[in-house]
Amino acid sequence: MSSTFKFKPYNVGRWVIWSLFAIVLIFAPLVFTSNLSGTMLAQMGIAIIACLSYNILLGQGGMLSFGHAVYTGLGSFVAIHALNSISGGHSNIPVSLIPLVGGIAGIGFAVLFGYVTTKKAGTPFAMITLGVAELVFAMSLMFSEFFGGEAGISGNRVAGQAFMGITFGPQIQIYYLIAFYTFVCVALMYAFTQTPLGRILNAVRDNPERVEFIGYNTQRVRYFAFIIAGFFAGISGGLGALNFEIVTAEVVGAGRSGGYLLFTFLGGATFFFGPIIGGILMVLAFVLLSELTKAWLLYLGLLFLFMVMYAPGGIASLIMMNLRVAAFGKLKQIWVSYLGLFVTGFVALIGAGAMIEMVYHLQLNSALGDTLKFMGVNLNAKGVDSWVGSIFILVTGLGLFEIARRHFMIEWGDIQVDIEKEIKRRETA
Amino acid sequence: MEFFIISMLNGLSYGLLLFMLSSGLTLIFSMMGVLNFAHASFYMIGAYFGYTLTSVIGFWPSLIIAPILVGATGVLFERLSLRKVHKFGHVPELLVTFGLSYIVYELVQLIWGRTAVDFTPPEILRGAAFTLVNHSVNGLQMIWGAAPAEMCKAADASIRLVCTPFPATRGFMMIVALLMLFSLWLLLTKTRIGLVIQAALTHPEIVEALGHNVPRVFMLVFGAGTGLAGLAGVIGGSTYVTEPAMAATVGSVIFVVVVVGGMGSLSGAFLASVLIGVIQTFAIAFDYSFVSVAKDMGFSLSDALMNNSVLKLTISQVAPILPYLFLVLILIFRPKGLLGTREG
Amino acid sequence: MSYALELKDLRKNFGKTEIIRGANLAVTAGERVAIIGPNGAGKSTLFNLISGRFGPTSGEILLNGQRIDHKAPYEINRMGLSRSFQITNIFPKLSVFENLRCAVLWSLGYKYTFLKFLSGLKDANELAEKYMEMIRLDKKRDLLAMNLTYAEQRALEIGITIAGGSDVILLDEPTAGMSKSETTRFISLIKEVTVGKTLLTVEHDMGVVFGLADKIAVVVYGEVIAFDTPEAVRSNARVQEAYLGSHVADEQAGGH
Repeated sequence: MSSTFKFKPYNVGRWVIWSLFAIVLIFAPLVFTSNLSGTMLAQMGIAIIACLSYNILLGQGGMLSFGHAVYTGLGSFVAIHALNSISGGHSNIPVSLIPLVGGIAGIGFAVLFGYVTTKKAGTPFAMITLGVAELVFAMSLMFSEFFGGEAGISGNRVAGQAFMGITFGPQIQIYYLIAFYTFVCVALMYAFTQTPLGRILNAVRDNPERVEFIGYNTQRVRYFAFIIAGFFAGISGGLGALNFEIVTAEVVGAGRSGGYLLFTFLGGATFFFGPIIGGILMVLAFVLLSELTKAWLLYLGLLFLFMVMYAPGGIASLIMMNLRVAAFGKLKQIWVSYLGLFVTGFVALIGAGAMIEMVYHLQLNSALGDTLKFMGVNLNAKGVDSWVGSIFILVTGLGLFEIARRHFMIEWGDIQVDIEKEIKRRETA
Repeated sequence: MEFFIISMLNGLSYGLLLFMLSSGLTLIFSMMGVLNFAHASFYMIGAYFGYTLTSVIGFWPSLIIAPILVGATGVLFERLSLRKVHKFGHVPELLVTFGLSYIVYELVQLIWGRTAVDFTPPEILRGAAFTLVNHSVNGLQMIWGAAPAEMCKAADASIRLVCTPFPATRGFMMIVALLMLFSLWLLLTKTRIGLVIQAALTHPEIVEALGHNVPRVFMLVFGAGTGLAGLAGVIGGSTYVTEPAMAATVGSVIFVVVVVGGMGSLSGAFLASVLIGVIQTFAIAFDYSFVSVAKDMGFSLSDALMNNSVLKLTISQVAPILPYLFLVLILIFRPKGLLGTREG
Repeated sequence: MSYALELKDLRKNFGKTEIIRGANLAVTAGERVAIIGPNGAGKSTLFNLISGRFGPTSGEILLNGQRIDHKAPYEINRMGLSRSFQITNIFPKLSVFENLRCAVLWSLGYKYTFLKFLSGLKDANELAEKYMEMIRLDKKRDLLAMNLTYAEQRALEIGITIAGGSDVILLDEPTAGMSKSETTRFISLIKEVTVGKTLLTVEHDMGVVFGLADKIAVVVYGEVIAFDTPEAVRSNARVQEAYLGSHVADEQAGGH
């Protein structure tokens, strides 16, 4: 046994990051003051918790779930019923604890459905989550007392006793409640990754067979992780119920489950902070991008496809890779190549975007005439020159992009080799 | 009686349609380990291609050409996209097909619009294949084609006469499905390429070492599987409805079928398809609920029970969730699936 | 006398093919046993049966007098048996230290807890450090397991196997694919880390076998045809026949 004196310096970096996170949460609505920003920030908090809870399954446990919305959605429904019971005078729970009610509902449903779901792993697991999600969604049309049928269930978050004058009526108040829960949940979920169960979950992801031979029941590990993910998913759902004050059946739908998968993956499933990026992007896409263009789901699908093929670690991994390059001082070598990549990619995107927008215009807005505005330029959706121009830009852009990409890959490869050499040098020094 | 026969046939035809889809899915999964999340999307593309081609060259030529086009699309996708993610493992493969399903859904809406299109079957398939006439005195009779109007009108009030036609489109669907099943079986067991496929199913590296171009075989199998889905699309689209939501409705059911039947088992997929098809078809036809049955049997229920929303549910309202209930039950009692051999 | 590990008329069929056809073995606690035999004799299958990877068709397996046949691998591991794999089976995306720490968690009783921090588990961390030094990977503490060299991964594989503190260790071809010098170093490592434990190892390298083992078990066609000290096995006629062919076959060959 080693008896050398171990010096453990106070981990300053960790405190700095968490403090910065808290500061951003506290001051964000004071910087972005518009109404739209207010609702978006609130939704971002909710989305961050949901995506992080999803990543407990995907990134940490290697479990691909197509039905995570079941747990956020059912958490929402239970929460709004609890809220209504407060309004009706049947219970005394403070409104600020409603998200916890959602969390407990999440645990309950995860215990129930998770037993069957975690009996398998890998692809069959994914299919089972899909089946359970379809089951719950189909049931939502049958049990109208709980799910409220077409209209859903509405509530009023100004209910029960106001605490020190805080009613949670105004947007800013509900934002700070969400921000508080966001901070606590993110901290708890991070803490989970540092516990024995969290680490064994990672081992199950890496090599489930081996885990059995070191004394752990893999199925049990997955079941427990599923329940913990369900808890945080339920909290997210409960916050959603308070924020929107209405819950409809689409919160358990396939579209929402798909959204969690898409954006958690986009943000990056291999790093803890990836889903945080994913949650923020999810809100930006749903609120802003959908206003910008009708084709946003198509763009999203294409982006997702390219991410899976070329950057399966998501945006988080791209950031980390470039931080590593920067840490070795090689970023200035490659920033010109990056510029070339972005410019040519942008050109290709403009060409493709123009064509897609013209087709959408023909499909949906033809009553408004043939011309549409795209990036400040007037295009004639039926005019040959608009089409020829777009195709020309697209093809040129793609061609130049391919050249830039090849150049970039060579430079990137050289840099990686240099970095490896440097690491070896430092090791032996 | 005729209700039972016709419903059985309807259920069988729906089940066979499910099998056309799930067989392609199972083939691709067995061969490549990839669960093609976008399989139902290829079904949808087949229906839309069929619709567009029919208006140009007629139904029968497009019945042949549309599946080939769909298969070509599948081959293109495999070559350009799926192949690149093989090395990352099974989860990214599933994700790539998931992304494709989004893209196909949006593209279909972009090109053909958001509402259903009118994909009508050809003249010859529009009527009834045969009609069952149940005469309360003369008994059950079967007449080819649609029964003439006079046959279906009772001569006088004491005779009960019910005419139940069986749509020709359904009959055609069954014929095509059975033919396809047969040719698939022939291909896999009697031809050389089928032998290679069967071998590559479990030992792709050895097959490659023996000189077969396994990546090319994969590409062809993916194309064949999606082509089959396209064929099912042409038939399903003309029989039922052709709209952007058709992929979602049938998509989740076929995944249930492959898990229930046992992942990787063609015969299991067949059994599960037929079972689910028949059960769902029968369930939709029954309008009984717990409350109505109790009433019919003469029990008087309390007001609370009568108004209970769960007990008021009719079997036909519960029909959509039956496949998923089936899935959950199978997983609890027989996790390997009905005829499964692999753990998936 | 109670044996550490006992096989009683063990049989295993895969479909119609009999792989293990009645294997019998009784290993005393603390013995070092090398399992040898021609390719395809069923040595790895025996290990898979003992460690619970699959269940026997018939027969009994006893660990310290208790039946372990048909138990799940994690149950058998908790009862005191660990195994390594012929094809390296580690946790590629965890660091060397994390790999070993995972291996000790259950034996220290931490089970499925999420209420404690890994950094605060003094005993787990110290134990993991100890094993890391034993297998001489302490310099590579924070390197991801997938970035180790082949021999280092094999060493980690053994480390994970013994870290749980099991008394009965099964090593499946631990030196597979190693060079001569690596093998020699590895053998002394194995000797060191399995002091006082019952060891069964499948080996092909005869030098290793005769240097490491107290006893040798010869497995041919799914049966244990000899189980004795190295010298006795060397001169066993049946063993010679299995490896070198019989006199009759020789004569027939010579006659052509």
